[in-house]
Amino acid sequence: MDFSFTEEQTLLRNTVQSLLADKYDFDTRRKVTKTAEGWRPEIWAQFAELGLLAAPFSEELGGLGGGPIENMIVMEEFGRHLVVEPYVETVVIAGGFLREGGTKEQQEALIPGIVGGETVWAFAYAEPQGRYNLADLTTTAKKDGSGYTINGYKAVVLGAPWAQKLIVTARTSGGQRDRDGVSVFIVDKSAAGVSTRDYPTVDGRRASEITFENVKVGADALIGAEGKGLALVEKITDEAIAALSAEAIGCMKELNTATVEYCKTRKQFGVPIGKFQVLQHRMVDMFMAHEQSVSMTYMVNLKLGESDVERTKAAAGAKVQIGKAGRFVGQQAVQLHGGMGMTDELNVGHYFKRLTMIDTQFGNVDHQLKRYSEAA
Amino acid sequence: MDMRFSPEELAFRDEVREFIASNYPQELKGGARRSRGEMSKEDILRWHRILYKKGWIVPHWPVEYGGTGWTITQRYIWNEENARAETSPLLPFGLSMVGPVIYTFGNEEQKKRFLPGILSGDDWWCQGYSEPGSGSDLASLRTKAVRAKSEKDGDHYIVNGGKTWTTLAQFADWMFCLVRTDPNAKAQEGISFLLIDMKTPGITVRPIITMDGAHEVNEVFLEDVKVPVENLIGEENKGWTYAKFLLGNERSGIAGVARSKKAIERLKNIANAELIDGAPLMKTDEFSRKVAELEIDLSALEVTELRTLAAESKGRGPGPEASILKIKGTEIQQRITELAVEAVGNYAMVQAPRMEATGNEFVPGPDYSTGTAQDYFNMRKTSIYGGSNEIQHNIIAKMVLGL
Repeated sequence: MDFSFTEEQTLLRNTVQSLLADKYDFDTRRKVTKTAEGWRPEIWAQFAELGLLAAPFSEELGGLGGGPIENMIVMEEFGRHLVVEPYVETVVIAGGFLREGGTKEQQEALIPGIVGGETVWAFAYAEPQGRYNLADLTTTAKKDGSGYTINGYKAVVLGAPWAQKLIVTARTSGGQRDRDGVSVFIVDKSAAGVSTRDYPTVDGRRASEITFENVKVGADALIGAEGKGLALVEKITDEAIAALSAEAIGCMKELNTATVEYCKTRKQFGVPIGKFQVLQHRMVDMFMAHEQSVSMTYMVNLKLGESDVERTKAAAGAKVQIGKAGRFVGQQAVQLHGGMGMTDELNVGHYFKRLTMIDTQFGNVDHQLKRYSEAA
Repeated sequence: MDMRFSPEELAFRDEVREFIASNYPQELKGGARRSRGEMSKEDILRWHRILYKKGWIVPHWPVEYGGTGWTITQRYIWNEENARAETSPLLPFGLSMVGPVIYTFGNEEQKKRFLPGILSGDDWWCQGYSEPGSGSDLASLRTKAVRAKSEKDGDHYIVNGGKTWTTLAQFADWMFCLVRTDPNAKAQEGISFLLIDMKTPGITVRPIITMDGAHEVNEVFLEDVKVPVENLIGEENKGWTYAKFLLGNERSGIAGVARSKKAIERLKNIANAELIDGAPLMKTDEFSRKVAELEIDLSALEVTELRTLAAESKGRGPGPEASILKIKGTEIQQRITELAVEAVGNYAMVQAPRMEATGNEFVPGPDYSTGTAQDYFNMRKTSIYGGSNEIQHNIIAKMVLGL
């Protein structure tokens, strides 16, 4: 039993911390999210330069030999600074699909682009009717010569406006919600028949609605076995959940620090409001919510390699914990900051908004509770 | 005890329902769902002006000042019908806040001068209470008013300081303002209640953008603002009494029962349209029970509010029990928006255009999902404003339980 970080992991955290302290203060972030672009490619290039985009890949694949714990470290620090750049989509998700399901050729062709920061990816999986069910697909891929033709519609594809490449789930056989028949494809966003409509999200990011109209892809676009993609999709979304959990604990940590600090300095009725027991207990509850979330985040990141059942329970459990804790900590941080907590000018509301959206991503508390109880 | 409507009351309900149906502007349909931070001044006032013409603008005022003389039940029906039709809510600052202060504590001159503009909607009022250093501890406010006299201005006050969280001050003609007139008295005893013309030199309004992207609140800076002494309500240094009277009214209006009923109905519509594995979300045990719990909480609050109103009509209150209405009412309003975010799923992430919208923005997802998360973020204000919910708990603990 050991919950300590290695020297390399601590070094990685320090690297991320010093870069973000230098380049990712809240005011800069706020300005960037309001520009037309909404992100900073030059920061992405720096992530690559510092090896962050290589951290979780094995050395064999051109990475630094890390894994989930490295993702966790990066994501926690990203959470503390509300980083909008698509690390989860590109490194965790696309990188994960290639690592777990990609052929040697696919890995060699595509992972260097991720590690080097040249290629940004997005994950087009959700559909309007499907809600959080990863198998509920009306997007189809039909065999067409040696390749496939894709038709369908994907909703709220985060980071897609910045991406060159997409991971797309589509049905190659079976009924709309069958476990069998789900396949995973690599699609160039610039391919003929792909059209996107972009828009901002409430947490300062960008997303697209994507229509696929007779989009032709080759046989080499398929990741994993045809029709057998769902297990892979579940595994990789659990890895994304593990990364989002880490981001969430970063957000909560900042909110708790800010709230305690504020309650120590804000005076009403002649005393710092932190002297009022009702607020003290509230902050203790916020503290405990964060600690419990840290525990679940460690657990899910340590269990990603276990059996499907164990992994599912760990991921669903972590998602439930951070969903509930994120809501509580976010709401109470706003409440204890009073009117200031409501403003766009203060970072508190922005953490709260991000935590709210983390609950929505890949299924909220109710969805994950159901998933947990069905896995057990 | 009887909770049923009489035949006369049912007839009254039909009358107001018919009036709303034929007089509420079509273009403003759904107005209740739009944040005031994204509506024009004229749009916000449209329904006000129609009701003024009809003579129904202040059912809760005494008849001599423009009230309708309706019973508590009729007022209840009126609120219900407005919520049912989703009419845009009337601004409370003149009608429910300063109006009653003026007719209760103001002199004849002031009543004549200010009440007509409040009723017609020609004067837009804002509330100058909170200050950057005085939120929950409102009585610590430091905006100063010093009595002066000059040939040109006559007897007047010179006001210096600043107010914050001033809702819709960007449109306001007048502000009712708490100022410190006796710096040496105990906190509550040196406060006066002044009416300030927003066009007076020395007033600057600066927008505060809230996290949902709306411009609803402002900071108001006051620098050597001259206010004629005729604009003092009641007695100098007795302003806290009037301020508390006003807050009591604010609290009872804040329950928003009828609006919450409608909001729950809308929530159910969303949950019926959203599918989980092909079946409506509303049909799942976990979601339908959450909605049921909300409805039950709201039923309890509704009857609690009716009990409070009934007591009020017998000349008691609004007492400290009004704090229950504020706490429970806002908790329910917040919970509804929280569940709406859960219900819409992935499309909750979409940022609906708020400020500087051109109307050409692409907003994906079903109509009902638009702005759901922003409404949820916006509604967090309700447990902070009007005396935070923590302060309301203190009021009940002290005034009701005697702790």
